[in-house]
Amino acid sequence: MPLLALSGISKRFGNHQALDDVSLTIEPGEVVAIIGRSGSGKSTLLRCINGLERPDRGTIEFDGEVFGSTPSQLRALRRHMGIVFQSYNLFPHLSVERNITLGLTAAKGMATDAARAMAARALRMVDLEDKISSYPMQLSGGQQQRVAIARALAMEPRLVLFDEVTAALDPELIGEVTRVLDRLAREGMTMVLVTHEMGFALRSAQTIIFMNQGRIWEQGPPDKLFGAPQTAELASFIDAILPVDPTRPLNH
Amino acid sequence: MGRSFGFDEFLYLLLAIPWTLLLSLGAMIGGGILGLVIAVLRVSPYRPLRWLTTGYIELFQGTPVLMQLFVVYYGLAVLFNLQVAPWPAVLLAFTLYSGAFLGEIWRGSIQAIPRPQWEAAECLTLSYPKQLWYVILPQAARISIPPTVGFAVQLIKTTSIAAIIGFVELTRAGQLMTNTTFKPMIIYPIVAGLYFMMCWPLSLLAQRLERRIDATLGVKRHF
Repeated sequence: MPLLALSGISKRFGNHQALDDVSLTIEPGEVVAIIGRSGSGKSTLLRCINGLERPDRGTIEFDGEVFGSTPSQLRALRRHMGIVFQSYNLFPHLSVERNITLGLTAAKGMATDAARAMAARALRMVDLEDKISSYPMQLSGGQQQRVAIARALAMEPRLVLFDEVTAALDPELIGEVTRVLDRLAREGMTMVLVTHEMGFALRSAQTIIFMNQGRIWEQGPPDKLFGAPQTAELASFIDAILPVDPTRPLNH
Repeated sequence: MGRSFGFDEFLYLLLAIPWTLLLSLGAMIGGGILGLVIAVLRVSPYRPLRWLTTGYIELFQGTPVLMQLFVVYYGLAVLFNLQVAPWPAVLLAFTLYSGAFLGEIWRGSIQAIPRPQWEAAECLTLSYPKQLWYVILPQAARISIPPTVGFAVQLIKTTSIAAIIGFVELTRAGQLMTNTTFKPMIIYPIVAGLYFMMCWPLSLLAQRLERRIDATLGVKRHF
């Protein structure tokens, strides 16, 4: 049984059809990378999965249970999944430790000691145990993003969503974050990532979804999708993102 | 001719200061509680609550505080046949007035917190009240300190209007002394100076707090 099943998800913003009848299943332990041009609906899809955007149509099924869009149902759905944002969205007034324990104590009702132990463990997973009493402002972008990942992991989600988590980082800081992502993928975490990191997508994803005009345009394992794109849209997208070969003269 | 303006008269003015401060403080506390409720309801997901609180704010910001004072003072008497003393009437009037202004200041502070902060809290499955309490209000409080202190300065000066219905605070005391000594050009500058001595430290405090918050937010001012 799939862990997550979306069927017929559509979402409109004014005149713009952001998502158009998207259906998708994700198996436990699967790593799915969603790629596509900006405006293709990738982020909206991710935000629909955990209810930050309410779809106009369609259903979301998690572990065999259908979730509606009342606040309490959304909260129940989100209890199963974590999300990491492009802009980290750490709480600037709270220490790294409190950023991580807040959800545990205030939402899950965990005792403070247990929550702090959990925070320490989550920070070890992202190699930041020495930053436990720092504040977000004192950390680099890459470190903040790793704290954000630790915060999501501490909630013990069964699925983690990543929304362009390296897009706001300086190039030299991307590696430390993708290393954490690689490790999570190896350890069997179910992950859905909207990403521009094709290296990561090729290495760690089992499934790549190429979105275009609010639809799933092509879908398949990385070697098949990148090796033999079936549509002109995907072929031109791959051309646009692949690094230019410096040994070849540029054609003007 | 009347009495001369001597030490006793000056002392009379000084002794009126606590009433000005007490009225300001009482209105800040009462208005603070009211304002917090208004600010929170003003951003709530429930539209009727937003309309209600917006209406309240518009009403109190769009009418002169003197009229509000008259309506409370005479209104209580007329409507409920309740002859209230000036003190509770002015305290109530200034509490209602402060509630509207503080509510609006704090509403702005809450809305200045970026939307993703709400979303991050929501994704940790915090309930709406907990999102507010743990994530939004602490950050909003920080940025609201300078305008709140600024409002307190305004309020201290505005309480002088209470003199009109006979509540003896600093301004009323000045009027009474003027009536007995006929020395308005001595007394009113002194009264103004006393207000200044109450307000100036607060203004300095507001400036310092603003610089400190700029520093923690990494803002650099070029003026």
